[in-house]
Amino acid sequence: MSLPAKSGDASQSPHGFVHVRNVHKHFGPKLTLGDRIAATLGARVETRSVRAVDGVSLDIVRGETLGLVGESGCGKSTLGRMVAGILTPSSGDVAVDGAPVMADGRKIDTRVQMIFQDPFASLDPRMRVGDIIAEGPLAHGLTSKSEQAGYVAGYLERAGLDASLVRRFPHQFSGGQRQRIAIARALAMQPEVLVCDEPVASLDVSIQAQIINLFLALQRDLGLTLIFISHDLSVVRHLSDRVAVMYLGRIVEEGPAEQVYATPAHPYTKGLLASVPRLVLDEADLVTLDAIEGEIPSPLSPPAGCNFNPRCPLAQERCVRDDPELRQVRSGHLAACHFAE
Amino acid sequence: MSAPILEVSDLTTHFFTRAGVVKAVDGVSFSVGAGEIVGLVGESGSGKSVTGFSLMGLVDPPGRIVSGSVKLDGEELVGLSWDQLRALRGSHIAMVFQDPMATLNPVLTIGTQMRLAISAHDKTSRRAADARAADVLTRVGIPEARSRLGAYPHEFSGGMRQRVAIAIALLHGSQVLVADEPTTALDVSIQAQILTEMRDLAAETGTALVWISHDLATVSTLADRLLVMYAGRIVEQGPVASVLRDPHHPYTAGLLRSLPATAKPGEDLFQIPGTTPSLLDPPPGCPFRPRCEHASELCTADPPLEMSRDRGVRCFHPLREMVSV
Repeated sequence: MSLPAKSGDASQSPHGFVHVRNVHKHFGPKLTLGDRIAATLGARVETRSVRAVDGVSLDIVRGETLGLVGESGCGKSTLGRMVAGILTPSSGDVAVDGAPVMADGRKIDTRVQMIFQDPFASLDPRMRVGDIIAEGPLAHGLTSKSEQAGYVAGYLERAGLDASLVRRFPHQFSGGQRQRIAIARALAMQPEVLVCDEPVASLDVSIQAQIINLFLALQRDLGLTLIFISHDLSVVRHLSDRVAVMYLGRIVEEGPAEQVYATPAHPYTKGLLASVPRLVLDEADLVTLDAIEGEIPSPLSPPAGCNFNPRCPLAQERCVRDDPELRQVRSGHLAACHFAE
Repeated sequence: MSAPILEVSDLTTHFFTRAGVVKAVDGVSFSVGAGEIVGLVGESGSGKSVTGFSLMGLVDPPGRIVSGSVKLDGEELVGLSWDQLRALRGSHIAMVFQDPMATLNPVLTIGTQMRLAISAHDKTSRRAADARAADVLTRVGIPEARSRLGAYPHEFSGGMRQRVAIAIALLHGSQVLVADEPTTALDVSIQAQILTEMRDLAAETGTALVWISHDLATVSTLADRLLVMYAGRIVEQGPVASVLRDPHHPYTAGLLRSLPATAKPGEDLFQIPGTTPSLLDPPPGCPFRPRCEHASELCTADPPLEMSRDRGVRCFHPLREMVSV
């Protein structure tokens, strides 16, 4: 899979189907009118903001699955929500198939749908399953009141649920079944892009396998473009064509899944992969987890130079001074490290 | 292996609800030696946490330990009064929970909470208590522990809070430490740090560790022995690597095969059909029977625990005929 050229002229370059360009999302304190006036007059007003996403560019080919991995606070969910149009970027653009997502901040974009981690929080407990799934399609004219029953049944079955369950309420379902309802609701909007934010994280292992298989079937049968956000590296490996690793609001490495896992180029990715416990099948194997030292710094005051330098085993003087660009280390494989090769 | 420090036999904990009797733990037996790490693995509702609470004598009504015995260094814990248990909890047997914010009091400093935990069992001066607290905090990997005693829990990150919770459990050099999903809520890089520290700690201090988790990989990097729970019972047990390499119970085998890590990327994962059974008045016989591809007439009876050398399995149709000694 080749990566579209990241050239400067935005007008003609062959963008991906999902095109994210230099997106930032900063969460700052709400300033009062007085503060704003004071700030424009040059007074020092506390405006420190959390740089949740700090300059991310991505291109995803149609039908491809991009895995977005990173630890808590790295900005992966915020990025996912910006692609889905739930959050508006502080700056930068998100476009699907050449058209911006949620351009004016009001028009609802149905081309991107989202699946959330907690199926106990994402379904309205007072609505029947049939109504949960039909609400969006009815509002957007994808189906009509008279055709609603058949429409809903089709998507329920697509998600692996019995269509006779439409009259039930969410509390009558288990966690795995609720996640299927959430998937049916997203599919019923006939999206082109699906953003899945930790969709199997809260499920038991045996149920997790069922939902992963459902995603595999959706990839095969519907040709959906998927953004799969997870902290679980083995789940991402299983489902993704490409993987992007985030750290403190930035992408530090991006490339074909098998390459990133086999030969990670960024020291953070290496550390992350080494931290994952593996099944031990040999008594003689005393497993050593090469943990990354220290903790993620506060995004309120990220370190100077390379974000990862305080924890990096390779860090040198240069890393405190210069912020490394995300650059190509192999064909289609990018890393933001001075020493990556 | 030295003599077991913790011996659990036929532990049965039921919850007497209005809807009926929930058999959360239904005849669990195992033992842990000094310095040994035992991993207790199961899915939600398998009874692994209730087993942990039962060891601590922390089962609240409508739940009750119905029968069985928990022996700590030869002393029977089941049937002790609240005060007698309280004298043991924290000093001889301690527990670490999944959510450190539920363990720590948000309005007291770490130092205050640790001094309270120390004075619960020992009379010491404030100075001595502080020194001891700082010493234990350093052991679990908190830098500049002395100066952190005045900090409140919210000033710590999630990983650091869990370290504080572990430090409090270690204050009195407990013989047994029960840890219920202590790294589940943490990031992998922090989890790796804590796992390594816990393993060193058990080796250094001889603390017996009961590590409760849903994650087979985590347990396999840490534990010496594995207990697999299903529907309130231990269905398989043995040395970790041996069980994972060569599972005898169809449930253990199914669980392993359903992990993405054991499959080729992009291929369908193995699915155990159905869902975990309700523990409310379960039917007699093997609880895994409805989901098992090997189930037969025999399985309507209760399979006994078959032990062979260091492996044990509760199944009439184990995946490999066990060699009898």
